[in-house]
Amino acid sequence: MSPFVLVKNWLDERFGWAELTKPLRKKTVPMHRLSYWYFLGGITLFLFMIQVCTGILLLLYYRASANEAFESVQYITTQVQFGWLVRSIHSWSANLMILTAFAHMFSVLFLKAYRKPRELTWITGAVLLLLAMGFGFSGYLLPWNTLAFFATKVGTEVAGQVPVIGKWIVIFLRGGEEVTGATLTRFFGFHVAVLPGITTLLLAIHVLLVQKFGISVPPSVEEQWKRDPSAAREMKFFPNFALREMFAWYIALGVLGALAALAPWGLGTKADPFAAAPAGIKPEWYFLFMFQTLKLIPAKIWFIDGELLGVLGFGLAGAIWVLLPFLDRKTWNLGRAFITGFGVFALAYIATMTMYGYVAK
Amino acid sequence: MQVFEATTAPRDGGGHGGPASAGRRRFVQVLLGGGLLASAASFIYPVLRFLVPPAATDLGGDTVVAGRVGELKPNTGKIFRFGSRPGLLILGADGEYRAMSATCTHLSCTVQYRGDLKQVWCACHNGIYDLAGRNIAGPPPRPLELFDVHVQGEEIVVRRKREA
Repeated sequence: MSPFVLVKNWLDERFGWAELTKPLRKKTVPMHRLSYWYFLGGITLFLFMIQVCTGILLLLYYRASANEAFESVQYITTQVQFGWLVRSIHSWSANLMILTAFAHMFSVLFLKAYRKPRELTWITGAVLLLLAMGFGFSGYLLPWNTLAFFATKVGTEVAGQVPVIGKWIVIFLRGGEEVTGATLTRFFGFHVAVLPGITTLLLAIHVLLVQKFGISVPPSVEEQWKRDPSAAREMKFFPNFALREMFAWYIALGVLGALAALAPWGLGTKADPFAAAPAGIKPEWYFLFMFQTLKLIPAKIWFIDGELLGVLGFGLAGAIWVLLPFLDRKTWNLGRAFITGFGVFALAYIATMTMYGYVAK
Repeated sequence: MQVFEATTAPRDGGGHGGPASAGRRRFVQVLLGGGLLASAASFIYPVLRFLVPPAATDLGGDTVVAGRVGELKPNTGKIFRFGSRPGLLILGADGEYRAMSATCTHLSCTVQYRGDLKQVWCACHNGIYDLAGRNIAGPPPRPLELFDVHVQGEEIVVRRKREA
């Protein structure tokens, strides 16, 4: 008997392996012209796993203090064997992960996969995207370079615009009134302990929900299949779809490796809290649309503070976004049209503002 | 609903189910397996290299200033930095300077000079060395490495002994 079969039988005898993996073997994936979009969630998950692995590797050398952080990252990129590659993969994978998460979210929106009974899958997904951005924001500061220092200063200042509790949020985030070594310690804690813990839990729920409800079929395809049941196609998740997913992961890995090797992530200069902010300070691209909006809003609109208006606007838009599934109801035909319109508008707005922010001085 | 299953039968429809097809299958399997193995190796190799810390850049020279004349009272000792390791400088009751490695040969604790015993003592497991660095009691298996001491003006210079 082959060793695999022996191990399988051993597990089966004790844990009922066949019974445990039954749902996985029964799981199917709908097959239609839009099936390709189903890969995006998996790719995001894969990039997250890469983040965990490379993050753990970086932890072996990184030192989280204002005096040593920059030097330790410099040490990783210049002294440690393949350190530049590990760090570069961590940075690139972070960016690609946010990109695929956004793409996944918009594909889910346009394919209407958030519909009943999958509202909670949507909500956990939206929160996961927020957490991913939290990862990006906190991780950005860790090399303690000039860009990161000022991006953190501005970013936390924006959080201070939240009415009533804004001041408290700033002090909580910064670990004091200003961005200092205390902020670095905090962000490090968020980045390697708080966020990973919450994210892992939510991710498990998210994936379990996908498992529980199966994969959604877009309304247009669903209708077509209803009219002509013989047109309906499915693929076994295991091994057929899983192998295709592996292939997608492999391509993602190839892209990631090429980017990390050909365009290694830079380090910049060490942060100096008592130096003037250099020209062209910009946040990471996924915050750029918000950053650019805040720059465009006048200081005062009527009697309301411009910044406050911007922060409230994004807060409101974010809340609507999370609650979108509840607007899609059979009894309210306008709901679905509104959601698609809102999605198209959001996509266009984010794309335009990001590009604008990119070229703007 | 039609469900597509993994199929092991050739699907090219040309009826090439014979030994030639098996050969092709084997070829593809080897190619795929070999490619995956090569990929895995190319991930694991950098990770293994990453895990090995680079050699410390500051090994320290062969010579170090361990202290200043008059810093130590007779029958006392002090720990000084010799590269990345501690050294022990002793001014004996006889007025003679002695220097040796301060890393116990037992389990690498840092030893100290005990004026009351006139001996070098390791607090971790009660190891005892004499002033020549010889292990005379307790668990230490080997003597401490002795260094040369020279007084140059006001400075007490410690030098690693040259291998003869």
